[in-house]
Amino acid sequence: MFMKKLALAGGLSLMASTAMACEISARVNIVGNEFPAIQTVGAGAQECSGAEVSTNLTADHQKINLPGMQGDPAEYTSAIIANSSIVALMNEDVIRPLDDLVAKHGQGLKKNQLITINGKVMAVAFMANAQHLVYRKDILDQIGVEPPKTYEDMLAAAKMIRDQGILPNPVGGAYAANWNIAQEFNNMFIGYGGEHFKAGTAQPNVNSEAGVKALEMMKALSEYMNPDYLTHDSNATNAEFRAGNVALMNMWGSRAATLVTVDGVPQEVVDGFAIAGPMTVGGGSVPATTLWWDGWTVAKNISDEEAEATFVAMTHAIRPAILESDEIATQAVWLIDGYEPTPAAEGVFAAAQAGSVPYPMLPYMGLMHTALSNELADFMQGKESAEQALKDVEAAYTAAAKEKGFL
Amino acid sequence: MKHRTFFWFFLPTGLAMLVFIAAPLVSIVTQSFFAPHEAVLIEVENCGPFGCKKETTIDQEATAALREAEPMGRFVGFDVYLDRGHLAVTEVGEAWRNADGLGEFFGTLFNLPFYRALSFTLTYTFVCTPLLIALGFAIAISVNALHRKLKGVVIFFSLLPMIVTPLVGSLILFWMIDSRGVIGNFLQYLTNDPDLSLKASSPLMWTSLIVYGIWSSAPFAFVVFYAGLQTVPKDTLEAAQIDGATRWQQIRYVTIPHLMPLVTFVALIQLMDNFRVFEPIVGFSASAHATSLSWIIFNDLGGETQQLSAAATTSVLTVVGVAILLSPVLVRTWREFKGRT
Repeated sequence: MFMKKLALAGGLSLMASTAMACEISARVNIVGNEFPAIQTVGAGAQECSGAEVSTNLTADHQKINLPGMQGDPAEYTSAIIANSSIVALMNEDVIRPLDDLVAKHGQGLKKNQLITINGKVMAVAFMANAQHLVYRKDILDQIGVEPPKTYEDMLAAAKMIRDQGILPNPVGGAYAANWNIAQEFNNMFIGYGGEHFKAGTAQPNVNSEAGVKALEMMKALSEYMNPDYLTHDSNATNAEFRAGNVALMNMWGSRAATLVTVDGVPQEVVDGFAIAGPMTVGGGSVPATTLWWDGWTVAKNISDEEAEATFVAMTHAIRPAILESDEIATQAVWLIDGYEPTPAAEGVFAAAQAGSVPYPMLPYMGLMHTALSNELADFMQGKESAEQALKDVEAAYTAAAKEKGFL
Repeated sequence: MKHRTFFWFFLPTGLAMLVFIAAPLVSIVTQSFFAPHEAVLIEVENCGPFGCKKETTIDQEATAALREAEPMGRFVGFDVYLDRGHLAVTEVGEAWRNADGLGEFFGTLFNLPFYRALSFTLTYTFVCTPLLIALGFAIAISVNALHRKLKGVVIFFSLLPMIVTPLVGSLILFWMIDSRGVIGNFLQYLTNDPDLSLKASSPLMWTSLIVYGIWSSAPFAFVVFYAGLQTVPKDTLEAAQIDGATRWQQIRYVTIPHLMPLVTFVALIQLMDNFRVFEPIVGFSASAHATSLSWIIFNDLGGETQQLSAAATTSVLTVVGVAILLSPVLVRTWREFKGRT
């Protein structure tokens, strides 16, 4: 309901600020994830008149975007993706180069918005994202510690909060035994200096000292989480924070900005809510997080008219004028021309400045992520050792990579 | 029936079976023997908001040429069947040779995705099916004994678990057993253990899934048995009553034998259904504790990189599993058929 309201509010304010009209002559159909900034982009594209613009924004977008673009003609003319998910579309060759469309209609786009792969523009990015610390200032003041800069500090603060009887499970984490837990592992693994693959090959490299340390840190953190943590994705983790059950968590910038603007959040949570940069771990200098961009693509298997209409509508949706609305400006770290960072963007900016690395854009990274999703839960439940879990990850990845022809 | 008449009578059904049953089977079997081409990888420079970086990517032109030449992909025979994600022949052999005793062997075996899924799938199937038949029968007997005016309402409520969409039904239960939910909290109060969480313990999660399975499928057994109860011969029952049979004896010696063919029918349908258990695992977010063959298929198709061949192989193995499960019943039906002619 909140999402709808927000999208509606976003849509209305967009309409109010529409200076240039958007005219298209062919259908546009957008598939993408759902969080406030993407809702805004979807609503922006739908302002265009002259042909039908439909959207399908869902957390399950990765399951449907590829099948929806493989047909000829493709069902979706545009997929909103991130640096991880563009790879799946690239692997199957379902998105088209945008160079000529950028030359014709892309005057309002900044150079760093253009995602070029092998010299061709394949996507247009509109926002940056990263996971970073979200915390309760009031609770940290109560125990008298500064917001943690490292995961070791986070553990120490969590122990104090529990020992002083403030909250029984003060740490939040999107550790659901699916995509989420694998992403938390990636963060921690990179924080310990790990590399997912042996240099220049598709050979797995997670069963290493960094991998074991990353898992041990995750296990240590999970001791301070709600016992149901293996079923908590980022939505459920946010719900725990909103309910006042969590004081420290690593959360997506795109979700943190609007975390406490929902109805029914207790006043002390609203007042105590604060954002800081990502944490490092194990004395490392690279933060235990990854940098992301979100952007849109145009399908290959559609007519040139549809491609042009899609490009025009999507460019309209991310034109600089949308930033005139304060609400939209705080929704994300926009890469759009004229964006001024808001306080909500502090975490993502800190992540970029601290030298965080982008999520690896490799054709076989998706298989590694899936293998991590499936094989880490046993370790987290204490059923097997970290080494065994990582060995399982490598074995599962190897089987999948052989099938897909990467090994 | 004349052959000609039979042909025209059967044609629509036969066509539908061909399109909806045979064609998909052929498709998954074919898919399971082929895998995507060897990836042609190249180093390229990628640029974006965070700067430029040399990265590996797939050479689209070379791949397109490969696909053109062999549209089906690489023929890999039984490779996918035997790999770690499926029957894991090498891993199982190794576990057998290296294990000290059966315990360790099974420990290693159930660490492999296919066998882990199979262990839950089979447990779920063989625990749920008899229990839901018993529960459905008990409900049918009770409802049948009710006053006429009450029956309608009670039947409606007994059917609700089946009417509710499985995903929604399991989500409702999932929220109730959350450590902050009604049942979860009550259990914590009962056991006096504030850290008790159904979702954090594999045995409790298995129990919850099985309870859900019985709850959601019992109405099906109930409806079938209730219909059957209407056909129990009145005179036999009356004769039994005159002979002084108790209510239990009437059920045991008259009703149950009469309903036996229906029990076989319900068992058959439910064995097939339960073997394909899927929705509760998604609804309960239970994949950390329990996976099923259907869940593996869903997971292979739902990852960032889709694994069509792996999913097709698991599908074929599921079909084989269903065939094995049903074979005793099918053999019996065939024998009866032979006996008659």
